[in-house]
Amino acid sequence: MSQATLTLSRTRHSLAPWARIAGLTVCALLTLGPVIWTLSTSLRTPAESFDLPPRIIPSDPTVESYRGVFDQIDVWLLALNSTLVTALIAVGQMITAGLAGYAFARLEFRFKKPLFGLVLATMMVPLQVTIVPVFLVLKSMSLTDTLLGLIIPAFPTAFGTFLMRQYFMGMPKDLGEAAMLDGAGPWRIFRSVYAPLATPGLAIVGVLAFNYHWNEFFRPLILETSGQNYTLPLGLVSLQGNLGTGSISVVLAGVVLSMIPAVAVFLVGQRPLREGITSAGVNR
Amino acid sequence: MTDTQIQAPPSTPAPVAVATRPSARERGTRVLAALFLAPTIVGIVVFTVVPIAGSVVLSLFHWNVIDSPSFAGTANYREMFTDSTVLVSFRNTLVFMVFAVALQLLIALTLALAVNGRMPAWLRSVFRSAFFFPLVLSAASISVVMKYLFNQDFGVVNWLLGLIGIAPVPWLTSENSAMAAVVLVYVWQQFGFSFLLFVGGLNNIPKEIHEAAALDGATGLRKHLGVTLPLLSPTLLVASVVGIINALQVFEQPYVLTNGGPGDATRTVVMVIYESAFEQLRFGEASAVGVLLFVLIMAVTALQFRLSRRFVHYQ
Repeated sequence: MSQATLTLSRTRHSLAPWARIAGLTVCALLTLGPVIWTLSTSLRTPAESFDLPPRIIPSDPTVESYRGVFDQIDVWLLALNSTLVTALIAVGQMITAGLAGYAFARLEFRFKKPLFGLVLATMMVPLQVTIVPVFLVLKSMSLTDTLLGLIIPAFPTAFGTFLMRQYFMGMPKDLGEAAMLDGAGPWRIFRSVYAPLATPGLAIVGVLAFNYHWNEFFRPLILETSGQNYTLPLGLVSLQGNLGTGSISVVLAGVVLSMIPAVAVFLVGQRPLREGITSAGVNR
Repeated sequence: MTDTQIQAPPSTPAPVAVATRPSARERGTRVLAALFLAPTIVGIVVFTVVPIAGSVVLSLFHWNVIDSPSFAGTANYREMFTDSTVLVSFRNTLVFMVFAVALQLLIALTLALAVNGRMPAWLRSVFRSAFFFPLVLSAASISVVMKYLFNQDFGVVNWLLGLIGIAPVPWLTSENSAMAAVVLVYVWQQFGFSFLLFVGGLNNIPKEIHEAAALDGATGLRKHLGVTLPLLSPTLLVASVVGIINALQVFEQPYVLTNGGPGDATRTVVMVIYESAFEQLRFGEASAVGVLLFVLIMAVTALQFRLSRRFVHYQ
């Protein structure tokens, strides 16, 4: 209807579409630039690694630097640690958030409101404020410098619980009521009716957990003191210590290696990730 | 455990009086709720609620883990206000927060509005993915990369600036510019978060409102300031609250890029907590700083919600 008016107003007062798109393209290049530079430098020979202007396509591409990473740090061990920690936390969060979210959305029990308030309130508590006592709690359980010490405290997720509660609340109530009339108990209603519908919501929780904990640095830095319990980000930052050897290509090759799973999750889990982040804003 | 759960309801035999059935069912529901909530609630109590109390208690003691704790009263807090490193770290963190959040929101909002304009769908999704991409990377490893890009002599940033005739900046080695570099690296990685919030918020604004505004003659910038922004204000509130809470906790970027230096120029509050607890083993002092940071975050957030009551419009 007002199409004509809109088109007219756009051409007269807002930026011309081509200028807008050109501007966006420059911004996108600036955003991706550091990543492209990292990838291309990691494929250059050490002698070429400082070249300016940076050659995006290396003149003589080599994977020598990647071999260097494997020589200098135990990539397999670090990757195994990271994978174990991240996967267990992601699965753990899907379970805890799925169960608690369902309880808050669909079950009746005493102290429901204050308990939910408690969960919401902890979303506001920064990790760094609690880290000293958490460290001491873990120490008393002899869990410092173990992977379990990283994993267990990360199981409960306030945000995930909140997200799953919203998710279950969005499901029609009559499904459960129909099952109840057929004689299904509360567990049965959860297990056979609602849980199967929750898969997309659980995927959001899992992907968010994966992204956050794969990249996590602060807790591992504090909790993991011996190299055999390091995760990838810790190993990479320690790789920097080898800079004396001259080439930054090795360090960047390490960065690229650690990015691979994150990028894979980005490609596969882009939508759940985006929905998770967007709902952080829309639902509160 | 699960098996008994499945068995329980059918084992309440059908002929049992109707009146007792709901109570059995209710009991079943309550047991189920308790089981479902236990992992989350116990976890939150053990790893968040008790530690908050623990921080407050610890902040009243001197303790290095090795010797037994000695009561310090308010000494840690008084000391904090005379310790120049701690004071500077709070100032740095606030300066960082103001610039990082302002820049992040400005860039994210501009890009979200631009991406929302007319263009082919595939192009829109390319842009969206590009701006969101840095979020999936690790702040620590990306800071390692940025350290080279911001190098004074052979860094790409100075080379780019050279192209438009700007002399090399000693980004990470001068007290004047180190914080700017930390802000830029942080904003580069984080703006995608606010960007996604804004894209979501813009999509939630009904099309008719814009059409009506256009019919009334509102165009271009005026349309954005007069119509879009007020409608977007709930999203702006969330983006700024989350942005501020995150910015006050900045750690990886200054830790990797500058290790707090040169001098104390980029030392942040969380770096001080880390250093005093885990490098100097001053757990009491570290806890006091943590408690102050917590109070600061709560205060800023409360202030924001109060202010926002005047500016946020809900549809």
